[in-house]
Amino acid sequence: MAIDSKVVAQVAHLARLKVDPQDSDALSNRLNDILAMVDQLQQADVDGVAPLAHPLDVTQPLREDVVTEPNIRDKALEIAPAAEDGCFLVPRVIE
Amino acid sequence: MSWEVVIGLEVHVQLNTVSKLFSGSKLSTGAEPNTQASLVDLGLPGTLPVVNREAVRKAALFGLAINADICRHSVFERKNYFYPDLPKGYQTTQLAEPVVGAGEVEIQLAPKGNKGGEGEKKIVRIHHAHLEEDAGKSLHEDFHGMTGIDLNRAGTPLIEIVSEPDMANAEEAVAFARKLHAIVTSIGICDGDMSQGNMRFDVNISVRKPGEPLGTRTETKNLNSFRFMEKAIALEVERQIDVLEDGGEIVQETRLYNGDTHTARSMRSKEDANDYRYFPCPDLLPVAITDADIEELKAAMPELPDSRKARFINDYQLSEYDADLLSGSIATAAFFEAAAKAGGDAKLAANWVMGELAAKLNAEEKDIADSPVSAEQLGQLIARLKDGTISSKIAKQVFEACWAGEGNPDDIIEAKGLKQMSDTGELEKIVDDIIANNASQVDDYRNSDDAKKKKKIGFFVGQAMKATQGKANPQQLNKLLQEKLQ
Repeated sequence: MAIDSKVVAQVAHLARLKVDPQDSDALSNRLNDILAMVDQLQQADVDGVAPLAHPLDVTQPLREDVVTEPNIRDKALEIAPAAEDGCFLVPRVIE
Repeated sequence: MSWEVVIGLEVHVQLNTVSKLFSGSKLSTGAEPNTQASLVDLGLPGTLPVVNREAVRKAALFGLAINADICRHSVFERKNYFYPDLPKGYQTTQLAEPVVGAGEVEIQLAPKGNKGGEGEKKIVRIHHAHLEEDAGKSLHEDFHGMTGIDLNRAGTPLIEIVSEPDMANAEEAVAFARKLHAIVTSIGICDGDMSQGNMRFDVNISVRKPGEPLGTRTETKNLNSFRFMEKAIALEVERQIDVLEDGGEIVQETRLYNGDTHTARSMRSKEDANDYRYFPCPDLLPVAITDADIEELKAAMPELPDSRKARFINDYQLSEYDADLLSGSIATAAFFEAAAKAGGDAKLAANWVMGELAAKLNAEEKDIADSPVSAEQLGQLIARLKDGTISSKIAKQVFEACWAGEGNPDDIIEAKGLKQMSDTGELEKIVDDIIANNASQVDDYRNSDDAKKKKKIGFFVGQAMKATQGKANPQQLNKLLQEKLQ
């Protein structure tokens, strides 16, 4: 797959990154270089090799089902740009 | 040629753990906004999730309940999208290696026709079920043009159960949804309170002509009652058929059903669908489930709806359909069994629990656990019906009084003098009086043929019931009248 400025714009939108259209070509080139490397990796023969979700050969320690966290609402709302009635406030979003 | 409907369900089941999936925050509904949101739930940088053992256990228990393979190394992934009630910018969920693999669920359909036969049974295959966290809540009202965010729900453990498209109409979809409700409440992994969103249904619907490939499907989201689900399916099927018959095309989209207005609208179409860019969550290692874990879960498995149903058929000689209805919820099953035991008649207990009691509970929107008439009281009522102390008509009156809190059935029968007249002499005298006082009706009856007599005896039965305030034993009365009127 080749990346062009259209794909750059789409990926930037999904990641909510502001990309200057001026930088688009340079970014496309760099991303294509990365994909070229991935293509090389794709050629490795992985038949019979289980996908690896994590490089560490250990499994997830589990937590007992108990409440350990206190109510930190006041502190959390203090660092929010806007808050009211115990809620964080954000610009109106509705689908 | 008619249309064929194809339905698949995605069901979100909220697990009833004490704390959240990845943090030690308290899980409860109705708390003040954001009082149950920890640093992890708020998605603050530098925090790490730790998986709740009980959530994994409950997900695996569900898998065993539907005879599914349990994944021994299940993997959490990040589903990336931006929305204010998802502060991390991704939902931690599962994709390639979910805890629960393919399984199946048997559903019981209602008998068709009035032949007293059994309804059909059908298998619905489960594609998989995965563990994931819920998002917070966005509140669009009351914030003068802004949106309020409450993150108490963020991080609540859910299992999402994904079915194969094995259902062909609303009845089957609802039967499947009810069955899942029965399973998750029976094994105690979910409180099952639909009004609190404990179970939420997304319904995938498409239509096609028989023999043709699958049509384009739409998804109707977040249905939180069985009734709305049934209505939403009917509405969407009708809409799709209308569009196709008018020569149009179905657009793959997400739709939102409004139960109050019985309408649905498009939420978003596939064109601007998100690319979620899933990848394994680097913060979480694979979760191991061992043979020993599975043996332990199997040993602790509570009675499942299917085995309870089989037991009801076997022990109480109930029909498949009745047994299915009564075994669906633990509370109903326990109530029925207690009433059957106290009353000494399972068939009568089944009829009363599914009939009078269910109707009354429905009308007053009460849960069977809050029934004003206890199982023991219903049992007592059934016992009095069975031994002929009261007629079924009077029984309803006693039931009403018991519902209204007037005491135990025996006390009500006694206090109101509702005992069926068992003294033949007394009843005979009443019948004699009626015959003496209604000469013309008696003549008319005697001059009628047998078919008409059957109808006309009603008049005398009515008079006698009136005179005895409904306390005459109907069989006894009929017999007596037939003899005397000959």
